[in-house]
Amino acid sequence: MTILNIDWFFALEKLILIAVVITGALVIAMYSTYAERKVAAFIQDRRGPNRAGPFGLFQPLADGLKLFFKEEIIPSHSNKVLFVLGPSLAMLTAMMTSAVIPWGSKVELFGRSIDLQIADINIGILFVFGVVSLGVYGILIGAWSSNNKFSLLGGLRGASQIISYELAMGISLIALLMVTGTLSLKEMVEQQRHGHWNIIHQPLGFLIFLICAFAECNRTPFDLPEAENELNCGYHSEYSSMKLGFYLFAEYINMFISGAVMACLYFGGYDIPFVDESALAVNTAAILGAVALLVKVGLFIFLFMWVRWTIPRFRYDQLMRLGWKNLIPLSLLNMFVTGAWILWKSKSH
Amino acid sequence: MIHYFILQAGPVSSVSDTNNSFNYFPIAIQLIFAIAFVAIMMGVTHWLGPKRATEEKLENFESGIEIRGNARQPMAVKYFLVAILFVLFDVEVIFFYPYAVNFRELGWEGFMAVLMFVGFFLAGFYYIFKKGALNWED
Repeated sequence: MTILNIDWFFALEKLILIAVVITGALVIAMYSTYAERKVAAFIQDRRGPNRAGPFGLFQPLADGLKLFFKEEIIPSHSNKVLFVLGPSLAMLTAMMTSAVIPWGSKVELFGRSIDLQIADINIGILFVFGVVSLGVYGILIGAWSSNNKFSLLGGLRGASQIISYELAMGISLIALLMVTGTLSLKEMVEQQRHGHWNIIHQPLGFLIFLICAFAECNRTPFDLPEAENELNCGYHSEYSSMKLGFYLFAEYINMFISGAVMACLYFGGYDIPFVDESALAVNTAAILGAVALLVKVGLFIFLFMWVRWTIPRFRYDQLMRLGWKNLIPLSLLNMFVTGAWILWKSKSH
Repeated sequence: MIHYFILQAGPVSSVSDTNNSFNYFPIAIQLIFAIAFVAIMMGVTHWLGPKRATEEKLENFESGIEIRGNARQPMAVKYFLVAILFVLFDVEVIFFYPYAVNFRELGWEGFMAVLMFVGFFLAGFYYIFKKGALNWED
């Protein structure tokens, strides 16, 4: 019986990759808060943060440090263990989803060929779904343990909103799986290498997926769990210090990851449009591909912010009606049209 | 010869399948990394922040008035209904995943079978629709 059979170089390589990906996700999440305020300022014809450092670039650092030095308050009527567990779970699930996203093709370093993907598992996208749906526990546990009426209402809203939109999201994804025939994100990206991005085959599916991604990330127009003017701050009303910071950061990391997932599923992942990567050197192609993916993700993050400062919040009954009565039938229809179309085309060949 | 592994991260020559527990090893590293990060951050913020708690400060926030009753009261049954319906429908959606991956090989025959399955699915959907389970306005 072997207890430890580890290729240590492999483990080290993965550990470095994980450290880079998670640090990158955290830095991008930090600067998303800055970008959000700048985009809001631009849309509302204001200046936005411009005091800390040049163009206010140190603002997220100042905000992060401030959160660390704030008093940690655990309400006396709350359930103490669950109160700490809630934001921890929210952050943990946000950090786990990045494991299956392919950030680029292979790079060659020190004679080793290194995949720019933490884990290439054949259920890729199902893993993302599984971890994302665990995120609802973070919100619900935090909301319930606070023992605050606003928090509990916010948590309930959040939970039922996330599970409602997960259905339409799952069905819209099935139409895409019919096109690709695989669940592995890496294989999906490789199939899209020659400019045939899945968005061409699945425009309606993408639209449904995008709407559901907004709802899953609790972004406006679906930010009812933290609707300020009715629920104070919703599920994180009672939180302070870095525990509040975890909830906020988790939201921005989720936004980044959902942008990356949409880029991989529908927009070719690390494929650079109009460039033949095989003509480039291996490492150059990998780095340029990763940059291309990050640019696509950046555009998605900008879209998230643009929508937030453009469209007002839904009412709760409108939200549920859109999810259950419009998106689910529409995604089922999309699934059948896609299936029939593919079968009809393959028969006529 | 049979090998038993508790923690395995090396190519095993006897296994030709590319998808085994070895592929999940990096996810385990990432989980440990993430748990450590969250725990350290929680510890740091607990250690750095001032601790000047008073009894009033630790009261729950209720828009400035004194707390009335417990927050954990019975809530609208609609939330529960949504949760139950989600479980039912999500299980049905899960059945579509293996179908979608093998959909080309199954051809029209498989398509018709799934069409029938979705027919039942839609019958249930129509029922709850007509029952008003999805109406949020009373």
